Amino acid sequence: MSFIYVAANISMVLLICSVVLVLIRLFRGPSIEDRIVALDVLSVIGIAIISVYSVLTQTPLLIDIGIMLAILSFIGTVALAYYLHKGLKKNV
Amino acid sequence: MFEIIAGLLLIIGSLFILIATIGILRMPDIFLRMSATTKAATLGICVVLIGTAMFYQDFGILTRVVIIIMFLGLTAPVAAHMIGRAAYLEGLPLWHKTHIDEMKDEFPRKK
Repeated sequence: MSFIYVAANISMVLLICSVVLVLIRLFRGPSIEDRIVALDVLSVIGIAIISVYSVLTQTPLLIDIGIMLAILSFIGTVALAYYLHKGLKKNV
Repeated sequence: MFEIIAGLLLIIGSLFILIATIGILRMPDIFLRMSATTKAATLGICVVLIGTAMFYQDFGILTRVVIIIMFLGLTAPVAAHMIGRAAYLEGLPLWHKTHIDEMKDEFPRKK
């Protein structure tokens, strides 16, 4: 059992704790913007979990999935915020 | 030697992300929540990815890590700006200790 194995396990536990905290905000969030922010942070934590998991299993190919996740999360966040803003202007 | 540095970087980055999520749970209004998550989570993911690149010591992995870090650094402010503008124009309540509201005269808030 080397040091990197222990360190990756510790950081995986920390990341799973933060996923739980973000999910509390996602379910409890009073407005829809809170939920969008929570989803954005959740995708960032997903990239971190994929990276740590690739260190744990020594699979370097998993880093490519992180690129895809970053691009998709940005597009999703901007699309949600854009349509929220557009619907708001129509109502005013 | 590199493995120890990589493991320490992984733990430090995970701690930054954990602090960001504690911020998203404890901050009083949405703008402070965005201020916590956008900065601390981006810093944490950068540190975790640098630790991963230091673990593999491969040029291809380093290139992918640099691409992810550049993309996150370019897009996180844009996304936070769009969410913040939508939240402000929708008229979400500010924290009661917020003193300066410079957009108040330019854009009418929906009540």
